[in-house]
Amino acid sequence: MASFSQFGNDLYTGAKSIDFIGRRKIWFLVSAIALLLALAVPFLRGGYTFGIEFTGGSEFRISGVETTDQSLATDAVTSVVPEIAPRVSAVGTDAIRVQTDQLADEESSEVRQALADAYSVPLEEVTESFIGPSWGADITGQALRGLLIFLVAVGVFMAFYFRTWKMAVAAMVALLHDLILTAGVYGIVGFEVTPAAVIGFLTILGYSLYDTVVVFDKIRENTLGGEASAGRSFAQAVNLAVNQTLVRSINTSIVAILPVAAILFIGAFLLGAGTLRDIALALFIGILVGTYSTIFVAAPLYSLMREREPEIQKQSKRALELQTKGAV
Amino acid sequence: MAKSPSPVRKAWRSLAWLGAIIAVLVGLNLIGAITAGTNWTPKLALDLEGGTQIILEPIVEGGEDVSQEQIDQAVSIIRQRIDAAGVSESEINTQGGRNVVVSIPGQPDEETLQRIEASAKLEFRPVLLAGVPSTDSIGEEGDAATPTPTPAAEPTPAPSPTNASDLAQITPELQSAYDSFDCSTIDPSAAAPADEPLITCDPDGTVKYLLGPVEVSGEDVANATSGVVTNSNGTSSGVWAVNLDFNDRGAEAFGEVTTRLTGLTSPQDQFGIVLDKRVISAPVAQAVITDGNAQITGSFTQETAKSLADQLKYGALPISFQVQSSDVISATLGSEQLRSGLIAGIIGLLLVVAYSLVQYRALGLVTVASLLVAALLTYLIVTLLSWREGYRLSLAGIAGLIVAIGITADSFIVYFERIRDELRDGRGLNGAVEAGWKRAWRTVLASDAVNFAAAIILFVAAVGNVRGFALTLGLTTIVDIIVVALFTHPLLQLLGRLRFFNDGHKLSGLDPRALGAVYRGRAQFRAPVEVRGRAAASRGEAARRQTIAERKAAGTLTLEGPENPPVDGPEQTESGRAGAVPADTQRTSKGRRS
Repeated sequence: MASFSQFGNDLYTGAKSIDFIGRRKIWFLVSAIALLLALAVPFLRGGYTFGIEFTGGSEFRISGVETTDQSLATDAVTSVVPEIAPRVSAVGTDAIRVQTDQLADEESSEVRQALADAYSVPLEEVTESFIGPSWGADITGQALRGLLIFLVAVGVFMAFYFRTWKMAVAAMVALLHDLILTAGVYGIVGFEVTPAAVIGFLTILGYSLYDTVVVFDKIRENTLGGEASAGRSFAQAVNLAVNQTLVRSINTSIVAILPVAAILFIGAFLLGAGTLRDIALALFIGILVGTYSTIFVAAPLYSLMREREPEIQKQSKRALELQTKGAV
Repeated sequence: MAKSPSPVRKAWRSLAWLGAIIAVLVGLNLIGAITAGTNWTPKLALDLEGGTQIILEPIVEGGEDVSQEQIDQAVSIIRQRIDAAGVSESEINTQGGRNVVVSIPGQPDEETLQRIEASAKLEFRPVLLAGVPSTDSIGEEGDAATPTPTPAAEPTPAPSPTNASDLAQITPELQSAYDSFDCSTIDPSAAAPADEPLITCDPDGTVKYLLGPVEVSGEDVANATSGVVTNSNGTSSGVWAVNLDFNDRGAEAFGEVTTRLTGLTSPQDQFGIVLDKRVISAPVAQAVITDGNAQITGSFTQETAKSLADQLKYGALPISFQVQSSDVISATLGSEQLRSGLIAGIIGLLLVVAYSLVQYRALGLVTVASLLVAALLTYLIVTLLSWREGYRLSLAGIAGLIVAIGITADSFIVYFERIRDELRDGRGLNGAVEAGWKRAWRTVLASDAVNFAAAIILFVAAVGNVRGFALTLGLTTIVDIIVVALFTHPLLQLLGRLRFFNDGHKLSGLDPRALGAVYRGRAQFRAPVEVRGRAAASRGEAARRQTIAERKAAGTLTLEGPENPPVDGPEQTESGRAGAVPADTQRTSKGRRS
């Protein structure tokens, strides 16, 4: 792939340059539309469906079974309610536990019958009860609290590390953008929200910030000190940094997304619903969106915030004048 | 350019450190394998391995119904108790709106089981009488004074009890029941009425007590911690203590108790802390405590102090539970899920290897080797954590580790791209490795710091599955830093000495010609026409050293490229060549204009 390294080379020198900063109005518009869709469409589809871990559901217990083959139970449940992914486990040596989403009354009696038939036991050996959520409000509350502390701490860290709070704000906006879009696409696809998916979202949180910090570090380097006065306006310096790290961004996202895509497409779609599919989908969207937002949202936004500063305005004006003079 | 005295020696030293870290991890795991009989594999979570399902039935005083709120509180307290035993990825929910179902991965040990089952009411009662059931010597814990073996002499009995310490409560029946009390007859599942005296023993059955009515309820304990007592000038006394914090109601009630008890004689100056109907501690009230912060000292070791603090903290459950059933359950995810997940993961990894090789040629091999080292370290640490901290790997955790491949590989990519940038600026390979490293290291540290902060905060603040995730994240972040600093970088330092890399072989991934370091060559040695449209980059320091004339020249040059945004002048890596370059470029421009 000599052409790709040539491409990276041209981006580094500035011979080829994609105008990420100058065309920010386009990117912002794209993101705004995407965000609107991400917020609206899942609700037009009827809101998010939460998994049994959040809402509770039905539990069937089949006692006195001869075999603890779990696939019999899975088949029996899906023969009645095809779209459901039951959690089946053997209890002791002669009982089976089947957990499903909350079922309607007639569905649940059908499931009971189907389970009794599948394991050839009398109907009364299959008991049904309601089970509460294992991921209760207390876990959600704790997780949210942790998240808030985390965001504040990271914001402060970034403001100190980059010596400007504006980078922290830009990174946080990009992070919010990523979370909303990931949640939105997840809702549009219509998968059930499970603890695995939530953990996927948390991973995205880390990934999104990570990606932004890497690119911002290059921006910081390029806009340090006299660089802007040395022939480049502030926006141009930021744009160059984004271009110089573009190859890295592409390579990293490809490397990160390959295993996730493999799990999502090979592992999960062939096997149907499950923990893997949920987490892989959340990660797949999140990595794509996270890479996008660093380049198209965080960097232009940061540039927009800084360009207004009088000192930088002066410097940039001087740089641009110099460039025009040189041209004449 | 950072030319360290001997990069090669430094490289070997880094690799030696890495070897030492791996050796220590292997050694620790070996100790685990020998002393605790652990395997060389990490333990798996509920979804992959199955475990034990315990169904708990709530028992309420007087047989009244349990409210949803009480059940929710019970679930939350039981979860805390289990989490206190380590990161176990257990699952707790309610069944039928009444029972609490606890699913624990693997076979829970005795201690964990007790922690769950011993869910009882915690209460503080004044001691009326204390004695030994037999003539054996007493092994009392806490700060309790040696109990008087004989019942205290009756002080002026009042017609009706005036307070909870009033010995008038001791009726002749109660006295005889106390005298003949056998510690083995305590039934923890039958709740004791709070407003009546209680006869009970300490957990070992070595001391028996006659206690007054409940004065402070366990629900009023806000927190309990264990720690070493520090004396007035701030130095550690080496004495372990349990610190108790009460909420407002508890503080007021506790203040009243201590006010009364400090004036009394032994054993009535003691109060019994009752959990599960047994006295877990019977400290003497030495001072009046009205601010709600009490400290229990005595013959504690670190373990016994922590254990008592945990019991006090998590024992504040308003209802008690009885184990209804305890069964072994199988994994909730079929083994085919795990297998297909692993197959998919391996395919994904092969794709990563293929991509790295295409992108970075021989450097791709460095990536692969680094990922392998990272995998080894992660495996060793996960195994160690599952022995020491009860960490268990769930399918979600495995997915998290697979994603970590991306973040780990990113460090290498950042580093390689920095080296390439340095090569483009015309440095020699060894110089580029050192300079690229300095810049990449900063970026890697900063971005990993963000991830690590996320991990720590989520671990401290969150519960259950989220904690397991936080641990995975923190772990991979540390492994990333170790690998990039102690493996990838030294490896490149050493490889940089090889001719294959140093001469920039086409397949090395570091071919300066392919990377455009050729610009410098063109500007200097080739026909000027070749330069057209190519604005060679420069880094800040070089640009700052330019004269105004040079900058103008640079501006002239860059604007010739039709689509190029204006960037600054031709590169100068060594100031000595500064003159030659603009001269060239100026000629170029003139030539093109004419």
